Amino acid sequence: MVDQKKLIVSPAPFWHDGSSIPVRQVHTIAAAIPAVLFGVFLYGLPALGVVCLSVSTAMLWELAANRMTGRAYSIGDGNAALIGLLLAMLMPATVPWWAVIIGTCVALFVGKHIYGGIGGNPFNPALIGYAIIMVSWKGLFDFNAALVNYDFGFNMIYPLAAVKQHGAAAAANYPLCSLLLGMQTGGIGATFGLGLILGGLYLIVRGFIRWEISISFLAGVFITALLFNIANPVKFADPFFHLLTGYTLIGAFFLATDDSSSPVNLIPMLLYGAGAGVMTMLIRNIGAYVDGVVFAVLLFNIANPLLDKIRPKALGKVIDHA
Amino acid sequence: MLKKSFFGFTKPWIHYAPINKKPQSPISVQPSGTVTYFLERSFTSRANLLLKTGDSVTTGQKLMLCEGDDTYIISAVNGTIADISPHIGEYGKQQTAVTLSCSPEKTPDTAFADAAGEQTLETVKQFLGAIPGGASFADFENADKSIQTIIVCGMDSDLMVATRQHVVNTRLDAVTSGIAILKQISGVQDVRIAVCKDFVQGYGHIGAKIQFVDTVYPSALPKLAVGQVMGQTVPAGKTCLDMGVFLISVEAVAALADAFETATIPSEKLLTLINKDGSQQLVSAPIGTPVRDILAAFNISLQEKDRIIKGGPMTGFALYSEDHPVEPDTDAILVQDGATIPLYSDYPCINCGECVRVCPARIQVNMLVRFLEARQYQEGADLYDLHSCVDCGLCTVVCVSRIPISQYIQLAKHELAQSQAVEAENG
Ligand code: SF4
Ligand code: SF4
Repeated sequence: MVDQKKLIVSPAPFWHDGSSIPVRQVHTIAAAIPAVLFGVFLYGLPALGVVCLSVSTAMLWELAANRMTGRAYSIGDGNAALIGLLLAMLMPATVPWWAVIIGTCVALFVGKHIYGGIGGNPFNPALIGYAIIMVSWKGLFDFNAALVNYDFGFNMIYPLAAVKQHGAAAAANYPLCSLLLGMQTGGIGATFGLGLILGGLYLIVRGFIRWEISISFLAGVFITALLFNIANPVKFADPFFHLLTGYTLIGAFFLATDDSSSPVNLIPMLLYGAGAGVMTMLIRNIGAYVDGVVFAVLLFNIANPLLDKIRPKALGKVIDHA
Repeated sequence: MLKKSFFGFTKPWIHYAPINKKPQSPISVQPSGTVTYFLERSFTSRANLLLKTGDSVTTGQKLMLCEGDDTYIISAVNGTIADISPHIGEYGKQQTAVTLSCSPEKTPDTAFADAAGEQTLETVKQFLGAIPGGASFADFENADKSIQTIIVCGMDSDLMVATRQHVVNTRLDAVTSGIAILKQISGVQDVRIAVCKDFVQGYGHIGAKIQFVDTVYPSALPKLAVGQVMGQTVPAGKTCLDMGVFLISVEAVAALADAFETATIPSEKLLTLINKDGSQQLVSAPIGTPVRDILAAFNISLQEKDRIIKGGPMTGFALYSEDHPVEPDTDAILVQDGATIPLYSDYPCINCGECVRVCPARIQVNMLVRFLEARQYQEGADLYDLHSCVDCGLCTVVCVSRIPISQYIQLAKHELAQSQAVEAENG
């Protein structure tokens, strides 16, 4: 049989829907671009510098981790770039360069690679990087201090800090539609509500994030804020204010939805999202920090494996009563 | 090829090949030089063999390797035995390949004609075990699994395949008399025919209860179809036979009728040929015809790194040679262009959850695959429902990390079954 052709032999199925990890990461990055561009447009070169530094160092740390572990280079799959981008979006434009580098280093190594790389991380890597910096250098992420030299002609006090200090009355200084249009201080990519919502909807429609998590997170924030507001309208701001300030939107669409650190079953997704939303509001309204998204999401990252144990009964499964 | 739809937040709804309102007529292909058959037994030694190279064979002759074997093949042609050799089948099954070189004349063998006067299980077992469609009639005599129900499968279980639906569409009379024969030889009165929901034509009285199976993949896979027909789920880890259900392809039922009607053993297998561009063609070819001849008949050129699949795109088996023949259960042959074949990657599961959304058996595939990658098969079965899997392949189709999940699952099932068999032997 000399004319035998070499055929490809592989197990069924013989089709694939074409999805892949790079596609998923690239679309997530694309969905974040409007919010990032807005931040760069607002804060100018310093913001651009932070974003570029964060993305590039994240990718370099990924490369370093690949070399150290002797694995195939995964720098091209976009995951490191996404982590760097998300971290940059959370930070103020004035954050010092060394903090960015430490942040991406922690995110990539402590957040991702010590667990074996993509898919193994129990926490959102970007949030790990952020949380470590926030705890280590408390002042860095105080937006009022960080952005004191900027004046864009809108209310330059960080909204969540304002309501924390002055009660719900301060919220009146922030009209909802200007919050939606990004007229607020905050992280580089975390303030442009409209951009984040559009990006989030895009990811939901295309199936790149699990909508159950985003929606239940927002519902958790909204309902808890509403209850606080009803209980004490003088002290606690209204729920719409909380939806559009701080990290709520970026949390709902980009942070809580990290694949590996969130559940995949319906009920666990709802519990996870809603739980993180509720926890966010508890921290904001009665906790020590002005914003609670970071710690709330990290906390529910821990709960994820446990939550995901709630699952439907498999087909034809016989429950043993013996 | 299947693409992820733009709106990716719902699970994909993949429909079976739509029913052809105007049935295509199959194009006949004849073997050009040789035919090959697989005997379901291992090839041990050359001593005491009933067959040897150079023997001449007539059309319809029953061939066994050793005296007393219960597996046999039926030659579809006149010819001489050119080669007998061991062959490894699906899942490492030990088989013996018998190759005949064909000669043009057709001298009918009369052994079956002599026996065909009596429609008994014994006759059917002796002569019709390799009819087109395939059926293991010996199951009717299996003492510990008594059969209460026969389900005639009139739906094609894989995508793009239109073989059985063609038989239902065009050969209802033969199916009707086949059902009568089945009832008579088995003594089983509860016969049901499962057809695809799209079928609207009147069936008249065919001696079987008509049951509809959903048209969205994977509803017509055996286990899921039985669940719909019987109104109860096949328990995880059990076979349909364990439930007392005997499955038979509608093609085999029609062939049963043909056999007794004409007193010859049918050998023309109907199959759907799916070309590289996705176009389908019904083909009728004698069992044993090499795939090469079928491709040649339709001018399908094969390049290096293309893929030929016996069966459909979701559950078929890739063939490594164009010389592989049409077998009694080859309902389709799918040819894939090498350039369009998706490759698996080394990435671990990223926990995207697509597989969990899509799994018809509600399995936590994301967790299961972690155990299977670590070869913890028993844990996978105990904790994450390995045995509930119906082998639909959907999880693998949607996997973002492109993990060969189905391969892991089938390997795990196979390994567990083997270790169980070993335990049973020793214990
Ligand atoms: S092949 Fe995959 S999707 Fe299909 S039943 Fe098995 S685990 Fe579920
Ligand atoms: S589809 Fe693949 S990557 Fe996604 S959860 Fe399932 S196994 Fe993991």
